[in-house]
Amino acid sequence: MARELIFNIFRFNPNTPDIRPYIQTYRLQEEPQMNLFIALTRIREEQDPTLIFDFCCRAGICGSCGMIVNGKPKLACRTPVSDLKRKITLYPLPVFKLIGDLSVDTGIWFRECNLRTESWIHTNKAFNENELEERMDNKTALNIYEADRCIECGCCIATCITMNIREDFLGAAGINKISRFMLDPRDNRTDHQYYEIVGSDDGVFGCTALMACDSYCPQQIPLQKQLAYVRRKLLIAGLRAG
Amino acid sequence: MGTYRRIHTTDVLIVGAGLAGGRAAIAAAEAGLDVIILSIVPPRRSHSCAAQGGMQASLGNIAMGYGDNTDIHFADTVKGSDWGSDQDVVRLFCETSPVAVRELSYWGTPWNRVVAGKKKLPNGQEVEDTKDKEGYITARDFGGTAKWRTCYTSDGTGHCMLYTIDSVVVKMGITIHDRMEAISLIHDGEYCKGVVARCLRTGELVVYLSKATLIATGGYGRLYAASTNAVINEGNGMFIAQETGIVPLGNMEAVQFHPTGIVPDWVLITEGARGDGGYLLDKNLYRFMPDYEPKKKELASRDVVSRHMMRHILKGLGIKHPSGIEHLWLDIRHLGAKHIYTNLREIAEICIFHGVHPEKNLIPVRPTQHYSMGGIRTNIDGAAYGLKGLFAAGEAMCWDMHGFNRLGGNSVAETVVTGKIVGKKCTEYTLGTTLSYSYQMIEDNVAKQKDRIKKLIEGKNGKEDVYKLRTRMGEILWDKVGIFRNGKDLQEAVDELRELYKRSQNIKLKSGGMGASPELGQALRLPGMIRLAICISYGAVTRTESRGAHYREDYPKRDDANWLKRTLSYWSDLNADLPVLKYEDPVITELPPGERGYGESATK
Ligand SMILES: Cc1cc2nc3c(=O)[nH]c(=O)nc-3n(C[C@H](O)[C@H](O)[C@H](O)COP(=O)(O)OP(=O)(O)OC[C@H]3O[C@@H](n4cnc5c(N)ncnc54)[C@H](O)[C@@H]3O)c2cc1C
Ligand code: SF4
Ligand code: SF4
Ligand code: FES
Repeated sequence: MARELIFNIFRFNPNTPDIRPYIQTYRLQEEPQMNLFIALTRIREEQDPTLIFDFCCRAGICGSCGMIVNGKPKLACRTPVSDLKRKITLYPLPVFKLIGDLSVDTGIWFRECNLRTESWIHTNKAFNENELEERMDNKTALNIYEADRCIECGCCIATCITMNIREDFLGAAGINKISRFMLDPRDNRTDHQYYEIVGSDDGVFGCTALMACDSYCPQQIPLQKQLAYVRRKLLIAGLRAG
Repeated sequence: MGTYRRIHTTDVLIVGAGLAGGRAAIAAAEAGLDVIILSIVPPRRSHSCAAQGGMQASLGNIAMGYGDNTDIHFADTVKGSDWGSDQDVVRLFCETSPVAVRELSYWGTPWNRVVAGKKKLPNGQEVEDTKDKEGYITARDFGGTAKWRTCYTSDGTGHCMLYTIDSVVVKMGITIHDRMEAISLIHDGEYCKGVVARCLRTGELVVYLSKATLIATGGYGRLYAASTNAVINEGNGMFIAQETGIVPLGNMEAVQFHPTGIVPDWVLITEGARGDGGYLLDKNLYRFMPDYEPKKKELASRDVVSRHMMRHILKGLGIKHPSGIEHLWLDIRHLGAKHIYTNLREIAEICIFHGVHPEKNLIPVRPTQHYSMGGIRTNIDGAAYGLKGLFAAGEAMCWDMHGFNRLGGNSVAETVVTGKIVGKKCTEYTLGTTLSYSYQMIEDNVAKQKDRIKKLIEGKNGKEDVYKLRTRMGEILWDKVGIFRNGKDLQEAVDELRELYKRSQNIKLKSGGMGASPELGQALRLPGMIRLAICISYGAVTRTESRGAHYREDYPKRDDANWLKRTLSYWSDLNADLPVLKYEDPVITELPPGERGYGESATK
């Protein structure tokens, strides 16, 4: 029997601050293979065209649609409603700036994060069009890829306890970015330079290692492993420097 | 003034932050120019991130690619295009792609690398990768290529390429205005001067003035009811360019369908699944492709595989999904869980979100709209026909290397190649020009958009529902302008779309359209989207032959005597409900029209 789903959705638009935040209820008939992308699109197109949320790829690849689903951060497009109980509560991700209803500004946050972590290859070499690429061991390439798979969805940031205490904390995603470049032989930064970026309480040493982030990463990036890797490397570098 | 809040001026304005836009921005910024990039979504969420399969470049590092070179890549691409491409463009592309892939490697893309040793391929063939190539960029097999040429990073090629390009954009400090949607071009009939954009945070209109404007807005997949594309791929850049009346779109009837969209919501299952040895099965679990294509089997070019699949379904050999859709099976079980969960991990994940465990279950698939070969017609430098200072790159452009069918892996390659080349040409143009504009021109352009918005909110002309009209448009294209086409259906599509176009002038918003209303955004785009749909259908009904992905049941042969030419559609008068079609010859420099060698198409 198809269920009638009940959606309780957080509503607030910063452009109209006079209207206080509230929860609005929508009802929708469940259908086979329905996920939250299909459901929310249906609600907007058939019931309430004012509802604001973000989807882009609807395939779990672009990282646009993180939201709090029944208390847990998830990619909405990858959440089949059949996995959820009949009453579904949706909130925007915390920490990030609210754009409206379920939409938050993860883009600006991650650009800032990429700037702070200098998430690009640091090298003195110039590109030469006539040269072959530098060789790399395939295992190294796969290891870099493992960390590079982050889709900047913000789910790990939204669940992080430290994030709620320290506004400037880099979060698991930020520290994972550092590990991605540490693993990369093309990046010429020294451990000491990395230390400058993440060797503080706003970086790895702020992390309480309770690992809420690890279990909510939709890309299943082994954040625990990546955080430990960065911490270990920096401890060694820190001792040397100290 | 008071009708808009902000004006930005820049040397180069780039509309679109995907692979093409990002790469072009780097080229302009390297030359010291001021650059602003606009994007609907944060750059890294652009649809380029969804390309899982890979990028074609003839490096020849892998055993199955030994001996590959730019000549073979050229021949594959021209044949793939069914001789619809400009061969000087294809040549330039094939020569540049290896440089582009290495440049990405230099910037940090973790391309998978060659591992030396003997290997057994899924078909039983034994090959050996030699030590001297170990550690260089490897490649996988993709449809329609004579050699293994598709470079990749496991299942996340587009994602890694996009993150690499954007890392350079961030490093260079290039200005990005995301959640900013260009809604019309500002021009004086001779020069493009920038755009009017709508802020998707607040709804306000913002003016951008530039010496050169480069459109890199990607494809229009979402015109169709079933598409593998992201929801923002609505062809924006194409219709705002065509709306000028003087910039034509090339070959809009050339629409690619991908053989394997997962049922029922059309998320793409990449060609990598078949490249790595996956089979297509029918309802009797019979592997049918070798019967149709004994040599290439599942790896014949996309349009050919898609048509055989549809044919097989029409023979009654498909499987009926609970949603009513008829489909076939993709079988990758024999590749083994280890291979599936490492090399094809993204595919595995997509399957699981559809309740399918690919190491033990069959995957329900069906051909789905996938790629827009057509786009803003430009010359080999990426300069748009008709307006000076307007450029295009990536999927939004038709410069034209894909002709009537694009090969898998040639598209992300095209984005970085054109980003590099057009970015440079656009830079040269910009260095030799100055910015001149009048306030009157800005006022007029903004007033026009304000007026459209007012009409939609007031709804004085009628009460049409924007979403209903859009859904209908998608169904018409899907039912009548799909994989198999015929004169009667196509004519019906044109007629009904013309009717829809009229109705789209009578939309009334239900939301009130305040602030960043998504309904208002859709309503502003819809008339332009329907114009594109009409161009596709009208171009298709007029072209009485079959070529590449354009397949006419009533004209099943390619007809070089009459149709070895490119369609250019102009929309000179916004009150008209049909484009004006003109034609031009493709450039043929090396390879005269001949057999594609896929077993199916033949010349008259
Ligand atoms: C599921 C899928 C898988 C694919 N796999 C492959 C593959 O394996 N190999 C391959 O070669 N090709 C593949 N393709 C095709 C390839 O990914 C695309 O053709 C290519 O990425 C397009 O890049 P682009 O830079 O032109 O546009 P996009 O990446 O689509 O970027 C468009 C940009 O324009 C912006 N934009 C759009 N409209 C506006 C506007 N009005 N104002 C401001 N900004 C705007 C968007 O925000 C975005 O930033 C695949 C496509 C799909 C759908
Ligand atoms: S382990 Fe560290 S980064 Fe992860 S949630 Fe806890 S404090 Fe945050
Ligand atoms: S690390 Fe995982 S959860 Fe965090 S932003 Fe990246 S993909 Fe999302
Ligand atoms: S819409 Fe892209 S991850 Fe959900």
